[in-house]
Amino acid sequence: MPDSKASKILFVLTFVCMIVALYLAFLYAPVEATQGEVYRILFFHVPSAWVAFLAFGVTCFCSVAFLMKKDLKWDRIASSSAEIGLLLCTITLITGSIWAKSEWGIWWAWDARLTTTLILWLIYLSYAMLRGYIDVETKRAYLSSVVGIIGFIDVLIVYGSIRWWRTQHPQPVIGGGDESGLAPAMLFTLLFCVGTFTLLFFTLLRSKIELQKASEEVDYFHKVLAQK
Amino acid sequence: MGYLFAAYTVIWVLLSGYIYSLHSKQKQLFKEIEQLKSRIESDTG
Repeated sequence: MPDSKASKILFVLTFVCMIVALYLAFLYAPVEATQGEVYRILFFHVPSAWVAFLAFGVTCFCSVAFLMKKDLKWDRIASSSAEIGLLLCTITLITGSIWAKSEWGIWWAWDARLTTTLILWLIYLSYAMLRGYIDVETKRAYLSSVVGIIGFIDVLIVYGSIRWWRTQHPQPVIGGGDESGLAPAMLFTLLFCVGTFTLLFFTLLRSKIELQKASEEVDYFHKVLAQK
Repeated sequence: MGYLFAAYTVIWVLLSGYIYSLHSKQKQLFKEIEQLKSRIESDTG
């Protein structure tokens, strides 16, 4: 898929890191005492959630930049990042649901963390749909920027939900107080997986932006032909 | 183990599907750009 040399290098690096992440998640990290093997979902579930937050943060930042500078390049980055964030949020919700079924015996619980995450997914799904419905480029950019900024408020609520309210979802594994924490091998694996997902995000973002530029080029050539 | 397998299958199916969709769109757009460029060149030439 990648076109430029830098994109190719990024893709190969991401692929290698993914293989190493799988090795660490399945072979290096020890078995968890109470959950057994199924806890290994953590190594891709948590990074996908964190990097989805990062993606929505990038969308919010670029949406603010677009509203201030009126430059469509910011809208291009914001929308690309939102699409990848939506994909990662989907992975978070599905893997979380599978893990819930294994540990709680139910696929879903309407607790604060799960509900606010579902709302987050719906907000960015609406963002994508809104962009699909509006043909005028600047109008689409303005309206989706507003949704991109407001939507980020929910990221903060999702983050705080397990700290502010009693939830069925577990407390944070890192920075959650005296009772939180992981064994060193598990922590290393988790941090490596977070790094890999962050790299994956930037690789996909770069490709998506290149794709949007190509799409704009096609529109430009169509306009040139129409004028002849 | 079944749940673990299901979770990782979902992750890889979604990621591969997304990368494949980006790849096919890119391929299609580059092809269209080349066609449009040659049409413009033949119109001006």
